[in-house]
Amino acid sequence: MEKVIFEYHSQPTSYVPAADPAAVNKHIPAEFLGAEEVTLPQTCEQDVIRHFTALSKLNYSVDNGFYPLGSCTMKYNPKVNETVADFDGLAGIHPYSPEECVQGALKIIYELESFLKEVSGFSGMTLQPAAGAHGEITGILLIKAYHQKNQPEQKRNVILVPDTAHGTNPATAALAGYQVRQVKSDNQGDIDLEDLQQNLGLDVAALMLTNPNTLGLFEKNILEISHLVHKNGALLYGDGANFNALLGLVKPAELGFDVMHFNLHKTFSTPHGGGGPGAGAVGTSKDLIPFLPVPQVIKKGKNYFWEYRQANSIGKVRSFYGNFLIAVRAYAYFLALGAEGIAKVGRQAVLNANYLMHKLAKFYPVPYHRTCMHEFVMTPHQAWSVSTLDIAKRIIDYGFHPPTIYFPLIVHEAMMIEPTETETKETMDTFIQALEQLAAEAVQNPELLKKAPLTSPVGRIDEARAGRQLILKYEKGRDTLLT
Amino acid sequence: MVPKDLKYSKSHEWVKAVGNNTIVIGITDYAQEELGDIVFVELPKVERQLKQQESFGVAESVKAVSDLFSPVSGMVVSVNEALGKQPELVNKEPYTNGWMIKIALAAPTELSSLLSAEEYEKLISEGSK
Repeated sequence: MEKVIFEYHSQPTSYVPAADPAAVNKHIPAEFLGAEEVTLPQTCEQDVIRHFTALSKLNYSVDNGFYPLGSCTMKYNPKVNETVADFDGLAGIHPYSPEECVQGALKIIYELESFLKEVSGFSGMTLQPAAGAHGEITGILLIKAYHQKNQPEQKRNVILVPDTAHGTNPATAALAGYQVRQVKSDNQGDIDLEDLQQNLGLDVAALMLTNPNTLGLFEKNILEISHLVHKNGALLYGDGANFNALLGLVKPAELGFDVMHFNLHKTFSTPHGGGGPGAGAVGTSKDLIPFLPVPQVIKKGKNYFWEYRQANSIGKVRSFYGNFLIAVRAYAYFLALGAEGIAKVGRQAVLNANYLMHKLAKFYPVPYHRTCMHEFVMTPHQAWSVSTLDIAKRIIDYGFHPPTIYFPLIVHEAMMIEPTETETKETMDTFIQALEQLAAEAVQNPELLKKAPLTSPVGRIDEARAGRQLILKYEKGRDTLLT
Repeated sequence: MVPKDLKYSKSHEWVKAVGNNTIVIGITDYAQEELGDIVFVELPKVERQLKQQESFGVAESVKAVSDLFSPVSGMVVSVNEALGKQPELVNKEPYTNGWMIKIALAAPTELSSLLSAEEYEKLISEGSK
């Protein structure tokens, strides 16, 4: 296992002039100088490079192999989109450039918005939010502004969230100043309509709904749900995290959603993870357009302009115009696939997930066993002595990344599997074989699973100890963190 | 394990009467088992007024973060400070040293709305199917 950088003790390169702190310090006012010596790694440049190269080889990503986290984290990004985002004319522009100098960039924003409107059916769009959760809060603020404008006398201070929701939904609602009320799922995995009706009072501003939900199931009663919500004067918020399943198949606006955020990294092939940057575009119905963040790109004749005049706008939610180069990747993805390709993404993602579910259901219980969308949830057999965590760790030994585990919360010992449209049948067959073998091990040799992973650079992590004794920085004298 | 002398909530808290109008609240053995290893417990400040069903804190485990709900209304008179350093007490001794808060009841009649040990046992046996 690679040691931490602080444990390298090679001498700094002899022929490089040594630093002279005194020469630097004399330029800094005394009150800004620290009193204590700072512990910094001391080694030569070449060892630094070797250290980080060694670490990078320990990485596992979707570029290494199958990654059943799917779009839940980030789906595979075709490399051509990276090339396009790196074009000098795009990567090198300054956000203060005058409109006439960046017509191409404005056109990209304008057209990407129109593509997103086309696939979702929404009338309004903003690319400003910098991530999915940021898109969520933007969307909820739009809903708040809408209610305040249209029904200022009616106090709507509650947001309904199903028990299968992503954790960001209640967090967003709370951050926006709402109380959160949970709505139950029925035994089919859909929203319990009776419970929804009971919770739908005049105090409700919106229902936040993910469709397909986190069980990978299409809400069968979505039209009834949107009817009930609207009849109550509330709005329907769409969490677009699972939009990949619908791409080319269903337009959320036609299902009755009033606002939805898109995680561009989940559906439109932009990188994510490690702190971003991300992009959480937000689409809205016509009624919410007046509240969208400014500026919006508008087109007059052949020219594009920034439009800041919008009296009811919630204002800016991000400096400048959002993470532009992330939007460029999504734009390139649209153009590379074209209308024909985009329309097939959802179908292929759904087909792949159903193939995996059908095959794996022979070895693992699938609690909500009906045609799934882009993902499905399975569990270990109750009679097995191994847990979902043990299975996930053993999957590492077979050379795959484990799936999402213990989510959604309503399924005991959940494993959520999402292949996305990019995986081939051959890859999925290898995964199925591995999980078949693993199911046999769970019965015959459960100890093996409980000790897993055995082949990875780091064995089973004591997650509880890591959570209870948080050590976030190197401390001299403490044993290496991995022992 | 469901001790007979306690009362229970549907959200898996237990309630124990410890004197005049004072009760102790914790989470059940079933709840700690479901949550898995608990790594952090956030508890309210003493003297906070709680309404029945109101969230009084958060239990964070390696699997999930869950709200803790007060089965009754009242004022927090003390909290289990030991959980700050040893959250694992909730896993190891959920009914004793893993207790969470002590409350002075505002409406003692609310106690009658709670589940008996038998009713709670029935609830969890249905839930785990």
